[in-house]
Amino acid sequence: MANIAPSVLRQATRLASKSVISAAPRRGAPALSRVATTVSAVKSASAKRSYVTETKRDNAQAAQAETAIRLDKHELDKSGVTLSAQDGSNVAHVSPIADVLKNVTVMDEGQRPIYLDMQATTPVDPRVLDAMMPYFTEFYGNPHSRTHAYGWESEKAVEEARQHIADLIGADPKEIIFTSGATESNNMSIKGVARFFGRSGKKKHIVTSQTEHKCVLDSCRHLQDEGFEVTYLPVQHNGLIDLKALEDAIRPDTAIVSIMAVNNEIGVIQPLEEIGKLCRSKKVFFHTDAAQAVGKMPLDVNAMNIDLMSISSHKIYGPKGIGACYVRRRPRVRLDPIISGGGQERGLRSGTLAPPLVVGFGEACRIAKEELAYDSKRIKYLSDRLLKGLLSMEHTSQNGDPDHFYPGCVNVSFAYVEGESLLMALKDIALSSGSACTSASLEPSYVLRALGNSDESAHSSIRFGIGRFTTEQEIDYVLKAVTERVGFLRELSPLWELVQDGVDLSTIEWSQH
Amino acid sequence: MSSVVKQGAESAQKALSLYRQLLRQGNQFASYNYREYAKRRTRDAFRENKSVDDPRRIQELMQKGLRDLQLLKRQTVISQFYEHDRLVVEGGLSGKDGNGHGETLRQKDTGWD
Repeated sequence: MANIAPSVLRQATRLASKSVISAAPRRGAPALSRVATTVSAVKSASAKRSYVTETKRDNAQAAQAETAIRLDKHELDKSGVTLSAQDGSNVAHVSPIADVLKNVTVMDEGQRPIYLDMQATTPVDPRVLDAMMPYFTEFYGNPHSRTHAYGWESEKAVEEARQHIADLIGADPKEIIFTSGATESNNMSIKGVARFFGRSGKKKHIVTSQTEHKCVLDSCRHLQDEGFEVTYLPVQHNGLIDLKALEDAIRPDTAIVSIMAVNNEIGVIQPLEEIGKLCRSKKVFFHTDAAQAVGKMPLDVNAMNIDLMSISSHKIYGPKGIGACYVRRRPRVRLDPIISGGGQERGLRSGTLAPPLVVGFGEACRIAKEELAYDSKRIKYLSDRLLKGLLSMEHTSQNGDPDHFYPGCVNVSFAYVEGESLLMALKDIALSSGSACTSASLEPSYVLRALGNSDESAHSSIRFGIGRFTTEQEIDYVLKAVTERVGFLRELSPLWELVQDGVDLSTIEWSQH
Repeated sequence: MSSVVKQGAESAQKALSLYRQLLRQGNQFASYNYREYAKRRTRDAFRENKSVDDPRRIQELMQKGLRDLQLLKRQTVISQFYEHDRLVVEGGLSGKDGNGHGETLRQKDTGWD
């Protein structure tokens, strides 16, 4: 703020010289024209105005300008200059930021942003919460207690939930192992299989792709330190892996192939069935991270020849803190457990299960299966509406394959706009430029880099996640907001000016510093 | 024959009553997204099944509807316990109504400074 202040001051004085003109039409409204007195005036005005929606924007604007001026005044008091120019200047133009925030300042009224980040997590469905409540209150038994009724009722609920999860992916309930989430499932599958089969020293190779989730890549990195060899398959420009490249990458000593079902950033759906067939023919285990796919598209572990699958509860409107790993029994997949102990879950993942979470997860799966057709149709409709609107703006492009992607994940690049600054300008919409794990860093997304996108393009992309509870009204609001703010940010950009003048940016030779 | 017609009219009456109750209860959700979903899902489900004429199937669907109504009654109460600020798309006055006259409780300042 400190370095903005001098420029604001400069603008204010410049405006003050023109103030005779700009202030003239404002004379009629005493509360706004005399800024020096607005601090008290606006406050009392806003306290009185409570139910009138029409005046809100004006009110918010004044409040914004007011904060800007108060800050500047503080600076001025220090420097010993008196700012008489404030009186009568057009307050809305004192700070350039005030203009940007003209629509955004609605937030100051304490309103919540629209949630459009369904790849990060989803809200808990009320039906799921309803199923969980009894296990938080009445049925508190340990599901592994075999000696009393408290244990039996919890165990029964857990087994029912397991059945629902198995039904959703076409598996047998005995093949479902509960874990803490998809990250643990991924770790367990990759490290478990690699360590079990690597012990004999025969199978020391792992195949995965460059666009996998961080937890898969990091597990592989960890295994590299233990002496395994890892092939990170590149992806094509549309985000899909090349089956020929995969076939070439599989060696006789390959232990496991891990390819995700639906990408969390760009939403592309990998050809699981073909990969499964290929892996089965080469007698290699096939693991897929289906956290983003389960419950959103039909999956069948037997038809797709999947040997291990990671599932997450909080991506399908279930509670956070639980997930599952599908581990095939015939032909049996053997793995080295990471967590050892009491031998629960076939000894693959010891530790007491959490019945409320397990029941919630099961219910979420049951609902997902029941509502699959309805939800898919709905999400497709909303996604088409959003995508059509976004792509009708100039210099925007969709990332990932336009034909093989999950419609609930729309990733769009807005050229000549900084993605992070767009996210800032869109603070009334909860969005992300990539996965939540990497949202703290300003690095461009490695997934988009793997597609062969340039740094600029990767920096300017935004992911929109649509889910079961998204409404048409929200989509329309988002479209309007994005169009406005992208237009505004582009107006600020010198690059955009050059592009409008017809200059090809790649031909410019930037001077070196 | 007339008994069948009578039965049909009766079940139609019941279904209509259930439909109204579900819509009214769904409207009680404090959260915008759940509220809209409850109303939309109810409408679509009744529309989808409007031409079902197998009495057993009707019975099943009615049972499911009644279960959902009970669920909605519980969940709307929970939703009202933890009411938070309204979404930007909802418009109108933000925040929750306070105890006083015409004042609103500001809950949390979202967004960056």
